[in-house]
Amino acid sequence: MTALLDGLDIREASRAPLARANPAAKLAVASVISIGLILTVDPVTAGVALALELLALPFCGLSPRKMFRSSWIILLGAIPAGLLTLVFGVDDGAILIGLGPVTITEGSLSSAIAITLRILAIGLPGVVLLATTDPTDLADALAQNLHLPHRFVLSALAALRLVGLLAQEWQTLSMARRARGFGHGLKQTLGQVFALLVIAIRRGTVLATTMEARGFGVDAPRTWARPSRFTWFDGVVVLGGVLVAVVSTAAGIWAGTWNLVLT
Amino acid sequence: MSEARPPLIEARGWGWRHSTRKAWAVRGLDLRIEPGERVLLLGASGAGKSTLLAGLAGLLDPEESGGDEEGVLLLDGVQARGARQEAVQEGQALTGLLLQDPQAQTVLARCGDDVAFGLENHAVPDIWPRVRKAMEGVGFPYGLEHPTGRLSGGERQRLALAGVLALGPGLLLLDEPTAMLDPEGADLVRSTIATVLELTGAGCILVEHRVQPWLPLIDRVVVLEPGGGVYADGPPGQVFAEQASSLVAAGVWVPGRRPEWGTRVRTGEGVAATPLLTAEKLAARRPGQAEPGVRDVDLTVRSGRALAVTGPNGAGKSTLALALAGLTAPAAGDLTASEELAKGLGPHPHAWKAGQLVSRIGTVFQDPQHQFVAPTVAGELAVGPERVAAQGRSWWQRKPGVRASSIGSEEILQRLRLDHLARANPYTLSGGEQRRLSVATVLATAPGVLVLDEPTFGQDARTWTELTALLLELLGEGRAVVAATHDLDLVTALAEHGEVVAL
Repeated sequence: MTALLDGLDIREASRAPLARANPAAKLAVASVISIGLILTVDPVTAGVALALELLALPFCGLSPRKMFRSSWIILLGAIPAGLLTLVFGVDDGAILIGLGPVTITEGSLSSAIAITLRILAIGLPGVVLLATTDPTDLADALAQNLHLPHRFVLSALAALRLVGLLAQEWQTLSMARRARGFGHGLKQTLGQVFALLVIAIRRGTVLATTMEARGFGVDAPRTWARPSRFTWFDGVVVLGGVLVAVVSTAAGIWAGTWNLVLT
Repeated sequence: MSEARPPLIEARGWGWRHSTRKAWAVRGLDLRIEPGERVLLLGASGAGKSTLLAGLAGLLDPEESGGDEEGVLLLDGVQARGARQEAVQEGQALTGLLLQDPQAQTVLARCGDDVAFGLENHAVPDIWPRVRKAMEGVGFPYGLEHPTGRLSGGERQRLALAGVLALGPGLLLLDEPTAMLDPEGADLVRSTIATVLELTGAGCILVEHRVQPWLPLIDRVVVLEPGGGVYADGPPGQVFAEQASSLVAAGVWVPGRRPEWGTRVRTGEGVAATPLLTAEKLAARRPGQAEPGVRDVDLTVRSGRALAVTGPNGAGKSTLALALAGLTAPAAGDLTASEELAKGLGPHPHAWKAGQLVSRIGTVFQDPQHQFVAPTVAGELAVGPERVAAQGRSWWQRKPGVRASSIGSEEILQRLRLDHLARANPYTLSGGEQRRLSVATVLATAPGVLVLDEPTFGQDARTWTELTALLLELLGEGRAVVAATHDLDLVTALAEHGEVVAL
């Protein structure tokens, strides 16, 4: 619980060019690449996309350690997904290993590789987006560049800051409940989650009052203290994302492995 | 920080009822406050002080949030909520609201952004010069980029004040702004508010129990009657002289009247002060903390004796209290329970099971809501004995509803004046009632040691007096009381029956 919530703290500013790009551009890159990869399950498209992403990674200013710390959750998904496909996937082609009911064939091996690469290639841009973007900057870009409703975006941003506080509250609650005679257990944990919710709602209500008292929520135009600019460089970044999607898809089609998932 | 335009406040038969409540929070209020007046708003808990402030801030709207309104509440002749809308469109706030909980008043992650938030909402074109000016105005020690997550409570309140002041309000609405701060933090916030009022000529309406330090700022005192109307109104000297006893009964810390805790320790001298807990070179840290917050503590907790742990904010008072309470394991050194306390268990309290701990060491947290686990007050009192009884039995032997003898739970409720609330939900109680309940729940398992973390924080004078008297009584029964506190009055009261550890 606390490990999950700890990742939501403020990001350090990075000087790397891709890290400094407008969050809206980074979001566009991640979306375009995802769409390209969601359409197909094949090792070539996913592999080429992942290779291109890895080429761009040095320009994102992430140390390997930070990279791993923010991406372990994708590995957690990708590796088991690959293994399961390997063992239980549709058998096709020559049998490589056969152990009773469990058989690994060329077909299931190829699907497993495709699935793993696909999850990694879709996840990596998202990880880079989250690891290099300050939530405040992301909110600014969403409201100013993508013109999402600012009331919604700013409320979500303020709520996110409260979520970070919940990690501390959780630890205090754990001790406070031990002091009432409660140990660890499923029922106890559920009770504690409920208590945490009550605290979160109470805090959220006061925070909403604070925000309204400072003029938030009135239906009137507002200005922005941090203008979020979308420059030609951000355009280039988006173009780069489109290029990754196009090149990888073209490679898949050229290799004959590209197949539309929907059909 | 200039050109504030203090508004004239008029309430005519004004009343407000929150949407889920049966009773009116405020009713039949007739009040006129001249521009620039500095008013202290008093009244018993539940008299509607906070509701009036929310109304003046323009935040109560029957159409938007629900609720019922009677009469009118006017700022310069305009309905308060309409005045707020107009102010937002004009780019200058009429009122600025500062609340109690510092954590719930920070909106954004960087200090500068947080101050800029209100200016953005008011569509101010040139934001940053005003942000800098407001931050200078409250003497804020950090820059624009400083993360708000690293601020102390007092710094946070000053940042919130800067966010309010940047909008140039003519009226400050202050709802116990220092109740959750340590004395130094409170002093700083108070002097900042005094400076700001002096510089801008803004008026203020202050809700506060601890009146004394605010007196130089105040020209008028208004006491609200619970259930509606104004009970007393006039210059501070006059109101405090005429209404002293009723104000004391309402929990106000009336200037010049030190609360009396009366009860003497009955058998304190006769009881042998046997050691219950002994700390040797103890270092303690909170979960998640990398370094111990407090180190090399040597002390002994003895039966029938008090131990007051004091020190400035961040010195580790609470951290030490949690370790003494067996809620965290020592980071270094030793904490040993004597056989009198352990009653057959091992000597390390943090290794005891939760159900074993509650009948030996009871802990009262700073925020009572952290410890509520049952839907009713009576249920809260039954939980502790149930947990004790569940110890040593396997789960198939536990029967719901079969509880250990809860003899005494009614007595405890009576003693803490909670018996009429036995069926109420703990979360709906007032602050003082919640505090008394959190102490009551601990007493239900009759522990030998009571550990309290800032028990008097934000409490009114009446609750303070009752709590102090109760702690002294418990000492008389031979229990040990450990209190981590920066409340000097409480330290004085406890020091007569024990010792003080200054961190």
